[in-house]
Amino acid sequence: MSSRERILGRVRRALADVPPGEDSPVERGYLRRHGEGGASKTVALLAENLAEYRALVHRCAVGELPGVVAGLLAARGARSVLVPAGLDEGWLARSDVRRVADRAESTPAELDRVDSVITGCAVAVAETGTIVLDGSPDQGRRRITLVPDHHICVVRVPEQVVSSVPEALERLDPRRPLTWISGPSATSDIELDRVEGVHGPRTLEVVLAG
Amino acid sequence: MSGTFVGMPAFPEAARAAVSDETLRGNLRHATHTIRAKRAKAVAEVADWAQLREAGKRIKDHTLRHLDRYLVRLEESVTAAGGTVHWAADADEANRIVADLVKATGEREVVKVKSMATQEIGLNEALEAEGIRAYETDLAELIVQLGKDRPSHILVPAIHRNRGEIRDIFRREMGRWGRPAPDGLSDAPADLAEAARLHLREKFLRAKVGVSGANFMVAETGTLVVVESEGNGRMCLTLPETLISVVGIEKVVPTWRDLEVFLQTLPRSSTAERMNPYTSMWTGTTDGDGPRVFHLVLLDNGRTDTLADEVGRQALRCIRCSACLNVCPVYERAGGHAYGSVYPGPIGAILSPQLRGTASEVDASLPYASSLCGACYEVCPVAIDIPEVLVHLRERVAEGGEAVRDGNKVLLRPAKGHAAERAAMRAARWAFARPGALRAGQRLASRTRRLHPRTLPGPGRAWTAGRDLPAVPSEPFRDWWQRTRGGRDGER
Ligand code: SF4
Repeated sequence: MSSRERILGRVRRALADVPPGEDSPVERGYLRRHGEGGASKTVALLAENLAEYRALVHRCAVGELPGVVAGLLAARGARSVLVPAGLDEGWLARSDVRRVADRAESTPAELDRVDSVITGCAVAVAETGTIVLDGSPDQGRRRITLVPDHHICVVRVPEQVVSSVPEALERLDPRRPLTWISGPSATSDIELDRVEGVHGPRTLEVVLAG
Repeated sequence: MSGTFVGMPAFPEAARAAVSDETLRGNLRHATHTIRAKRAKAVAEVADWAQLREAGKRIKDHTLRHLDRYLVRLEESVTAAGGTVHWAADADEANRIVADLVKATGEREVVKVKSMATQEIGLNEALEAEGIRAYETDLAELIVQLGKDRPSHILVPAIHRNRGEIRDIFRREMGRWGRPAPDGLSDAPADLAEAARLHLREKFLRAKVGVSGANFMVAETGTLVVVESEGNGRMCLTLPETLISVVGIEKVVPTWRDLEVFLQTLPRSSTAERMNPYTSMWTGTTDGDGPRVFHLVLLDNGRTDTLADEVGRQALRCIRCSACLNVCPVYERAGGHAYGSVYPGPIGAILSPQLRGTASEVDASLPYASSLCGACYEVCPVAIDIPEVLVHLRERVAEGGEAVRDGNKVLLRPAKGHAAERAAMRAARWAFARPGALRAGQRLASRTRRLHPRTLPGPGRAWTAGRDLPAVPSEPFRDWWQRTRGGRDGER
């Protein structure tokens, strides 16, 4: 007998007390979102929660993006920036930083030598201060937002912002590789003292554009 | 389950040693009190916490009651998405599968994300025996591995170490495993984290094989979920060419939508955050992004035996948040190591004896490692009635009875040396029987406090003294333990 059959057989014997045909639907008495509020309140909540988890939050109109991005890269002293294939070229129009394409052939060591990365996002969750990447063309492979030490993420507001985790899951496609990011990486492993920045980017800048 | 720490004394002896270690007690008290307060705040922020908790409980119960169906569905979904599914009945089989998969890649080292399942099966040691080195990459796991130590907390495995000890371990050991600690390393947490970043980075960048567990597996989509903070998980899940995930069969949930409950309750219960810094979700393999090869090893290792116990099976709802550890007065005083298993605290006291059986002295003593104060149940995000299971397991230890081991029904004999327990249990049942509905839906522990006679006759007196002591937290554990010897006076 294969282990598969053995385990499934054990499960079925263990559940001998479950009446055949039992199918209790799960009641979901919880809320779809917490609190009411229009789009501008939701965006404000996102900004507040992102900042509380030590992301650096910036707000601008879409037309101001090229200037804001150029300013962030310059302030960081970045000499190179990873750019996903489908990113809006215009966002980097005013930056004279060396652009590194997101390519399958790049080795992790090569990515490690790039200073910054800029991406869009799939959705942002206000209640938890979370941005979610789904590997779409403006976000690129998962590793490009992991290895460089500085991540700039552009969120188009209000259209990409939802209130809650349930609303975010509704918008996401599980077949895509998803990365939920809530602030820069952190650890509390030493005496439960929170330290920002372990392996992921130590600086996360979120630009709320719109 | 091969995760028993060899030569582990039974809980009472191990706990006695731990409570006399002042550093350990101080570290634990500080840590558990800090996180406890934060968690309460994070939970209070959510108006529908009770409903989320209830839904989480029901989703897990529903899944467990149809586990065969959901495992088969999961296998189909993962396979359709490009992954390969393996089934492992026990620890040895899981270790063999993983070792063979690693060897097939030609690699001799793997990077690992913290995973309770791989600790439970002793994967690192099994790989070592095959000439494969497994590098732990979670900061706390790194501290434990470098310190040749054992984890003592689910979430913060090095909770028993303070910053000075960690600095000393890094200075002494990092060089032997790879990049040494920077010269003049201080004991500031930020500096220690930086040392770990540098030490592990070279390993991540060259790793070809990653090994992980998972917090959730979604049957309908084949999606696996890893919840983490440091980014070491993302490194292990996305940089290597081959990914091997070892996951207990109870981690499956039916639908994508079910994640909306646990992604709200898990972070708030464990790290007391609205959301943890990183959550990775992947479904099979994706062309051009992340590992090209994905293996999922579904692990039984005592879980189906646990499932066979109608009272005890609720332990399989556990999402390993560790909230129950942080509120437990016994854990706070005894520390994680006393539980003799990778699962410490209240959840360990009900899970280990079910996964491993109660043949060993430590496992037979675990159901007694509690004062039944009920705080664990109050904080549990999937409402596991830990006191109820503890009492149930105590009865099984003391009286023997039917259980399932390795898929077979066995008749357990009453544990030797628990004569006092047997007498006490008989008396307690007599008392419980009077007011009628023992399972009327109220909590057993509070019922115990209200209805239990203050003392039981004969040898049972010692039992009540230990068990029915609502004031355990206000009495030093050592004194309590000495006074009652863990309630085992009767036999000595
Ligand atoms: S038993 Fe409940 S509180 Fe304890 S770790 Fe599991 S889910 Fe968390």
